[in-house]
Amino acid sequence: MSGILFLEQSLNSLQFGLMLFLLAAGLTLVFGIMDMINLAHGSLYMIGAYLMAELVTQTGSFWVALPLALVATALVGAALEVSLLRTLYERDHLTQVLATFAIILIANEAVRMIWGPQSIMLNAPAGLTGPVQLPGGMQYASYRLAIIGVGVLVALVLYFLVTKTRVGMLVRAGASNREMAVAMGVNIRRLFTAVFALGAALCALAGALLGPILAVQVGMGENILILAFVVIVIGGIGSIRGAFVGSLLVGLVDTMGRALLPIAFAKMFPPQVASNLGPALSSIMIYVLMAAVLFLRPQGLFPARG
Amino acid sequence: MRMIWAAAAAAFAVNAQAANELKIGYLSTLSGPAGAIGVEVRDGFNLAVKMAGNKLGGLPTEVIFADDTLNPEMGKQLAERLLKRDRVNLMTGVIFSNVMLAAWPTIQEGKVFYIAPNSTPTRITGEGCNPYFVSASWPNEGHHEAAGHYAKSKGYKSMYLIAPNYPAGKDATTGFKRGFGGTISAEVYTKLNQLDYSAELAQIRAAKPAALYAFLPGGMGINFIKQFVAGGLSAEVPLVVPGFAADQDIIRAVGEPMLGIFDTSHWAYDLDNDANRKFVAAFEKEYKRIPSLFAEQGYTTALLIDAAVRSAKGRIEDVPAFHKALMAAPGRMKSPRGDFKMAHNGTPVQDYYLRVVAKDSQGRLVNKKIGTVVSGLGDFWAKDCKMK
Amino acid sequence: MKKIVILAIVACAFPLAMHALDQGFYISFATRVLIYAMAAASLNLVLGYGGMVSFGHAAFFGAGAYIVGILTFEGVTSAWITWPAAVAVAALAALVIGALSLRTRGVYFIMITLAFAQMMYYIFVSMKAYGGDDGLSLPRRSSLGFGVDLRNDFAWYYVVLFLLMIILYLLHRLVHSRFGRVIEAIRENETRAAAIGYPVYRYRLACFVISGAIAGLAGALIANQTSYVSPAILHWVQSGTLMIMVILGGVGRFWGGPVGAAVLLTLEEVFSGSKLLGPYALHWQLPVGAILLAVVLFAPRGIAGAFAKRPQ
Repeated sequence: MSGILFLEQSLNSLQFGLMLFLLAAGLTLVFGIMDMINLAHGSLYMIGAYLMAELVTQTGSFWVALPLALVATALVGAALEVSLLRTLYERDHLTQVLATFAIILIANEAVRMIWGPQSIMLNAPAGLTGPVQLPGGMQYASYRLAIIGVGVLVALVLYFLVTKTRVGMLVRAGASNREMAVAMGVNIRRLFTAVFALGAALCALAGALLGPILAVQVGMGENILILAFVVIVIGGIGSIRGAFVGSLLVGLVDTMGRALLPIAFAKMFPPQVASNLGPALSSIMIYVLMAAVLFLRPQGLFPARG
Repeated sequence: MRMIWAAAAAAFAVNAQAANELKIGYLSTLSGPAGAIGVEVRDGFNLAVKMAGNKLGGLPTEVIFADDTLNPEMGKQLAERLLKRDRVNLMTGVIFSNVMLAAWPTIQEGKVFYIAPNSTPTRITGEGCNPYFVSASWPNEGHHEAAGHYAKSKGYKSMYLIAPNYPAGKDATTGFKRGFGGTISAEVYTKLNQLDYSAELAQIRAAKPAALYAFLPGGMGINFIKQFVAGGLSAEVPLVVPGFAADQDIIRAVGEPMLGIFDTSHWAYDLDNDANRKFVAAFEKEYKRIPSLFAEQGYTTALLIDAAVRSAKGRIEDVPAFHKALMAAPGRMKSPRGDFKMAHNGTPVQDYYLRVVAKDSQGRLVNKKIGTVVSGLGDFWAKDCKMK
Repeated sequence: MKKIVILAIVACAFPLAMHALDQGFYISFATRVLIYAMAAASLNLVLGYGGMVSFGHAAFFGAGAYIVGILTFEGVTSAWITWPAAVAVAALAALVIGALSLRTRGVYFIMITLAFAQMMYYIFVSMKAYGGDDGLSLPRRSSLGFGVDLRNDFAWYYVVLFLLMIILYLLHRLVHSRFGRVIEAIRENETRAAAIGYPVYRYRLACFVISGAIAGLAGALIANQTSYVSPAILHWVQSGTLMIMVILGGVGRFWGGPVGAAVLLTLEEVFSGSKLLGPYALHWQLPVGAILLAVVLFAPRGIAGAFAKRPQ
């Protein structure tokens, strides 16, 4: 494989992994601190993308709409948490799975009723619609490069937030041992709402950024949700660092699978089969990876629980 | 007791009375990124029905819509419901070939005629041909074979092919290869409804092909072309596409980057005939947007049904009579695409034009006809059809 | 006992009534309900009685369906071969997946069963020879012999009903046997059950395999019902749907599976096809989701639980 191809595929996998990280980070915090399986996390991603598209249409500017969309989705998340999800913390996982599954159905329909069943338009901001020249003579989509930049920035900010600030310390304490944190006087309710809202904002960021590349459509959350769960299981529930490493790992396997395997298979199988086998195999590999981690190191690569 | 019911039903069937109303089961993809195509076809179809006073062929017409969401299993179930519960006496609407092939056995069992406004898989028109299936659009390979002819005329040394991995995608590459006749440097299939083409585009960049042929309809096309341009490939690699990947649904989404793209199609916005002028004017008035080739397909489908039902005097349950009427219908109607004939396997034989995306006198982005790529192109696989 | 007899009579008379009312479509619909009732009942065994939250149950359902699909496609159409084959393969898959997954607990068990189900999903997606993503149309329904033509809606309905009744009877015997009591004891307090001396792992695995086998049979039937199989049958959303049926009907209650399947599918049919609702019919998932949420939050014992006389 040529150097250019390798570089481009690496950048692609980085871009994908970082976006996955945005989703996984929120999910792992919710799961780690509140011990809640939230299947509706993907719905927040979808809502974020739809709100972004709507706000871009209303304000005419991508950069104005972005922070608004984040705040709006965070509010939606907080509202959801306070009204509904709070009652689920004490319930068993099965109940949480089912209740949040129901929320997925409701959210999908609500979005469909408001915006219609076809996907809606979200375009990259003017100025980022073309390529940039990279050292080495290769061109790469400037928008994707921007996404990578944002992803890295957010990762650093989160890392700083969680490890160096007091709020972050509370979060880590809650993830590590909730009862003890409560016993120490942490206002656990407000912390939970804040964590949930943060997770929602991260989802919205991923949805808003990926919208121009993918499509803003009903049900867009389900596909990526399952990958996010795989990531946090591999990385360790409750751990931001684990979510980061896990996302990059999954992004790598997925992109390389979509890119490398078909080339390898093209030599052995007819094109239709080879093109099908590659992505299927890489998907299987992601799940094999997760099963292996669960088997050998069930707490994940970077367990948060003390 | 069951015997009595069966005898009664048989007696009723023998009587084969003319239907006194048309209940059309319209199974289509109306949601998701691919849904835009379904909406275009539907709008064209509805326009024709409306212009005929809600009476196709003189019969009061009811159209029952069902959304398969590009899910073959759902398509099959909905077909069953339309046939058995809603008792439709005609079916149409399917956009995607994987849904078509999944639903086809059910439709066949239902013993109603299916008029295809879009997907016309070679698996149904070749060896598997059947009087109940008549297409008002084109044989699946049509546009691609024409594009192959065009690529050959441009003298490209080799072609890199990309299409989604489903029956119509395979038909696309097969048809193109036949029309082009030259070297194929690569044949890549993507997942149906895939949205992120970063991996495929990286491969294309590395392969440095002489030219690229991409069949990616609907939402897939929108994303592919946007990413193709964003990655800087539009400056490096000449792109040839079938009409499906360059019409209004994509132009509206992508905009100016589409200027200059060449595509092949069985219809063009500025075709010089009365029926087309009437169609375009009516469509723009009704829907406030420029029609695409998909809209023309839906419109012509309704016209075909109208002409056939009229000449068969409503006897749509009389299989040989209605089939004959459908075969002769193109000669009894004026379609926006111009004159066309029906081959014996139920697929249109028509001309394919070369179009380019350009601005019209009002500054809007449209697909202008430049010339004719191939005339009277039919379905290659009609030769395998053993019907009369 | 009397209730069951009445239920059986209604079930047997249903197709005749539908035919008389010229609503033949609903015979096919009812058959679908019966098949999902079997699948949901099988899930209830591991989920309700066994307390194992398996998010990968669709894998066994789909495996059974695909075995029938592939064999029929390759020309083997006798139900006497394909259906037992489906059951056997599903049971084998359950044995392998169960053996590996049951070593984990809690949320990890949920995730690992999900992982295995997704793996199987992608395996079938990769099989382009059998349709892959596009799915596989079966040329015909399985043949049963004895002059019974399964393409006839009536005959098919009664065959499925017969099988369902047998399965429910066997399940009833199972959960009221010593095995059933042990499984429930393990669900209630695993440590105590182990302390008493029961081989917890083996009991759980046996329960898992039996459940998988029944799901495989249901899968074989669904393949015949639609004459079509596709990887979507194995997707995790399908597992979720089966779970919803069980919860709706009542987890751990004997009729939970069948009741839940009947209610969910009927709601879906009523809402989505309703002419009364007009264009709103397209949004049927909203009321279904709302009802589900309500049941989960306020009626955790499900519908069957609400009708039970004694608290379980």
